[in-house]
Amino acid sequence: MSYIPNSIEDRQEMLKAAGVNSGKMADLFKNIPRRLQPRSFDLAPGRSEFEVEKYLRGLGKKNVTDLVYFIGGGFYDHYIPAAIDALTSRSEFYTAYTPYQPEASQGNLQAIYEYQSCICRLTGMEAANASLYDGGTALYEAAMMAIRITGRNKIIIDGGVSPIYRKMLYCYTSNLSIDFIEIPVSHGQSDRVELDKRLDEETAAVILQNPNFFGAIDDHADICARCHNSGALVIESVYPIALGLLKTPEAMGADIVTGEGQSLGIPLSFGGPYLGFMATKKKYVRKMPGRIVGATTDKNGNRGFVLTLQTREQHIRREKATSNICSNQALCALRALIYMALVGKDGLKEVASACRDKAEYTKQKLGEIKGVEVKKSSPTFNEFTVKLPENANEVIGKLIGKGIAAGFPLGRYYADMENYMLVAVTEKRTRHEIVRFADALEAALWS
Amino acid sequence: MELIFELSRAGRRGVKMPTGDVPESASLDPVYTREKDAELPSLSEPEVVRHFTNLSKMNFGVDSHFYPLGSCTMKYNPKITERIAAFSSFASIHPLQPQLVNGGMLTQGALEVISDLENVLCEITGMDEFTTQPMAGAHGELTGIMLIAAHHREKGDRRKYILIPDSGHGTNPASAAIAGYEVKTIKSDDKGVMDMNEFRKEMNEDVAGVMLTCPNTLGIFNPRIKELADLAHASGALMYYDGANLNAIMGKARPGDLGFDIVHLNLHKTFATPHGGGGPGAGPVGVKKHLAEFLPTSRVVKRKDGTFTLDYDRPKSIGYISQFYGNFGVLLKAYAYILIEGKEGLIEVSENAVLNANYLMRRLKGHYDIPYGENCMHEFVISCCRQAKRGVHAVDIAKALIDKGIHPPTIYFPLNVKEAIMIEPTETESRETLDEFVRVMIELAELAEKDPVAFKEFPKTTSVGRLDEVKAARDMNISA
Amino acid sequence: MVPEELKYTKEHEWVKIDGETALIGITDHAQSELGDITFIELPVQAKQVKRGESVATVESVKAASDVYSPISGEIVEVNGLLEDAPETINLSPYENGWIFQIKISDGGEVETMMDAAAYEEYLGTL
Repeated sequence: MSYIPNSIEDRQEMLKAAGVNSGKMADLFKNIPRRLQPRSFDLAPGRSEFEVEKYLRGLGKKNVTDLVYFIGGGFYDHYIPAAIDALTSRSEFYTAYTPYQPEASQGNLQAIYEYQSCICRLTGMEAANASLYDGGTALYEAAMMAIRITGRNKIIIDGGVSPIYRKMLYCYTSNLSIDFIEIPVSHGQSDRVELDKRLDEETAAVILQNPNFFGAIDDHADICARCHNSGALVIESVYPIALGLLKTPEAMGADIVTGEGQSLGIPLSFGGPYLGFMATKKKYVRKMPGRIVGATTDKNGNRGFVLTLQTREQHIRREKATSNICSNQALCALRALIYMALVGKDGLKEVASACRDKAEYTKQKLGEIKGVEVKKSSPTFNEFTVKLPENANEVIGKLIGKGIAAGFPLGRYYADMENYMLVAVTEKRTRHEIVRFADALEAALWS
Repeated sequence: MELIFELSRAGRRGVKMPTGDVPESASLDPVYTREKDAELPSLSEPEVVRHFTNLSKMNFGVDSHFYPLGSCTMKYNPKITERIAAFSSFASIHPLQPQLVNGGMLTQGALEVISDLENVLCEITGMDEFTTQPMAGAHGELTGIMLIAAHHREKGDRRKYILIPDSGHGTNPASAAIAGYEVKTIKSDDKGVMDMNEFRKEMNEDVAGVMLTCPNTLGIFNPRIKELADLAHASGALMYYDGANLNAIMGKARPGDLGFDIVHLNLHKTFATPHGGGGPGAGPVGVKKHLAEFLPTSRVVKRKDGTFTLDYDRPKSIGYISQFYGNFGVLLKAYAYILIEGKEGLIEVSENAVLNANYLMRRLKGHYDIPYGENCMHEFVISCCRQAKRGVHAVDIAKALIDKGIHPPTIYFPLNVKEAIMIEPTETESRETLDEFVRVMIELAELAEKDPVAFKEFPKTTSVGRLDEVKAARDMNISA
Repeated sequence: MVPEELKYTKEHEWVKIDGETALIGITDHAQSELGDITFIELPVQAKQVKRGESVATVESVKAASDVYSPISGEIVEVNGLLEDAPETINLSPYENGWIFQIKISDGGEVETMMDAAAYEEYLGTL
């Protein structure tokens, strides 16, 4: 009730002006027959913003918040520069809507154009969209896009692709007839032999992830070449911070690149809002879903930006659209753009190197503990698997008591991996925290 | 304005990031590394801040401008909700944390927020259960259609069609199609609601569901909605409620009581969370009891001892719609808004949203054609057909409004009205703002009579004039 | 004025019969309804198509319109010029803006199409 400017007197006069001579609000709703009125509307009375703030602060305290995170799984505890919060708090950005009127939305449009450009520069690809909901939906959209481009119906998924993404893919396509084939990973990396056996002229796409869910780095150039020989596309899901260091999907030959953009300056926030990014080759742009911003000029030749190639979209093509999405994650994309601008060309490489150095140091420290086996079958970026001498979930539980979230128990998704955990290290972790983690793990196992 | 890449100078640095307090690791095999660094810009923090501050000034937002964008509910976004969503006790929680030990005991506060929000949304809409997972309205639609598919599959019933009125938002047919259904469009009658005869004709055992907004995009509440739902149910079809227009009816009608089986809500519309320049939003989906077993995984469940846990063991669930629990930060803002408004507040919201719309419609009458002009709910549609005869089209009126400091309403939608301008003022605008809008609209109607050519020059006050969209589509310059 | 020598369909395609083949494009009315054409997805060469089948898409900024083959047969030629210069359809719908050439498999289909006078009358009813 605090956000309605008009006084009771204003409302009375407006009712009259609107032709409601009775002066009763109820008469505005006379099209709703009495028998259709609510059977119940039993909500608590309103509260002051002070009371609501206090109440929710109290709920926040019911979360355990002071943990040192060594969990990732595709979502990472990276540092968020303060300027991102300050700039995205400008209400000209956050209280605007989709830039339907370009002249009144140049700020938003130029930012999206710059964001698309940064995603292209990061991945090496030629064209990016204005963003999708998250990494998982981006991967699903990529699979549908590959089916549209190739006219084929079979999708091969590498077992190293996030189990969350795979579950999403199956969920979204459950009412469609698409053949999915999963190839289990061998020794950390993609299994070329199995993949070769399953790849055929019916295959629309092979979905890969780098680094994969277990943290392993791969060079998928050979797989891309084989796929292209059979007329299949390659979809590569990537981790944007890792691209500060790692070979680009473009250099490997990927056709569609997707990923979760949370690591680019977006808070973990219990799972969202996040950012799904997508990039591709220019020849596939018209098959790409989502909003796209393009540069153009006004009649005086001034550069400006507009939503473009909209004939792909639902408001024009309706049931023939490339997707049903009618928005993007604009404010999250803005955060990612500001992150990439602040960290910059040199900074991104440094952050990536710091993540890897700290992860390697953590590997070394954990590997020194009796009974702890750090998997070394393939190189990793900032995440790796560790085999423990007992149930990982229980060990992780013990370390929570010491204020450390030691890793993610892989038994949660893989029945035969009860003793494994997935450990992630970002630039935020200090040497001191890593040593404390190793000491606490040793104590949990052996004392 | 210059692009951020044009401002870049080699060697400049923005933020200093935490780096090495550990030994440098051995280099990676170059087969795995990138050949050249990513060409991100190099700038100092002050330059970055100025660039984006200046960009922000080239945007209209609700805080700075009246923004009567029809069907988008551009209401004021309370500042307290921003503060709450930024609490580190919520914003810094890793989404996998509840899976670490003891089924959610490490995130009881966050799970309680989700559970309580689901409960209040059920009461507001008259549904039995909600999921907060869908991340936008269109995403909620897709979830809803998948629930429809799961329901029929469970019954061993292969149905083919989803019925949608011609006034429906484009996402409706798109959502139905990508979930594997064919779409049949039903015409509107002369009152602007779904034609009952057409509907009867198309309704049969091949129809899986009906997707509707109520009130519809013309701002009209169909008093025969229940009759329509009963017909659908008699054929075994389900009723889907697109909640884009819920701001009109809080406390006045509930989709659950009207006969709908599934609803999605747009928290960024009705419940005042910011639109963010196009997102993130949130599109929770509610269902009647008979569909609850199909809802996405996971579900927040309250244990007997009052604690909360996440249930992943749901054999009939459609599965993972979202990575985790939805756009949690957005959910938190909507929950805070609902708590502040309370029962009476929400009723007042809808009353004043409808009052503001009726007030505007009545005052614009005579100056513009209003095809369905008796009374309206929270929004209404005018037509510029009269002005178009003078060469002034809806888009020209829109561009002229920009120069008057008003964000244009939605134009050329719904598709069943020619030269449509769809106006939704919301409850958070003052009478003075509405009066000023009326004054400007009348002035423009007069200008259309006197000097129609003048419109081609608008807007003149913005950083750029009307942009060449044909050139944009042909050149396809989409990255720098 | 619509060219006398062509045949027309209700979907606003024109057909120019030349022995066993036919040249097909969209009419001046169709291009002006669409506005500035920004892109065309051309038919697949050598493809066998049925009458009424959607073979190409013509796009402007605000609309996408399917082009249906008015005749069954094999697509023998497509107008590659349109890929780089789709605006040719706006500038010269009946000449340089032709879209594809088809080898006619059923001559009877041609008989059912409108002549110029009938098409003009049809336009008058829209």
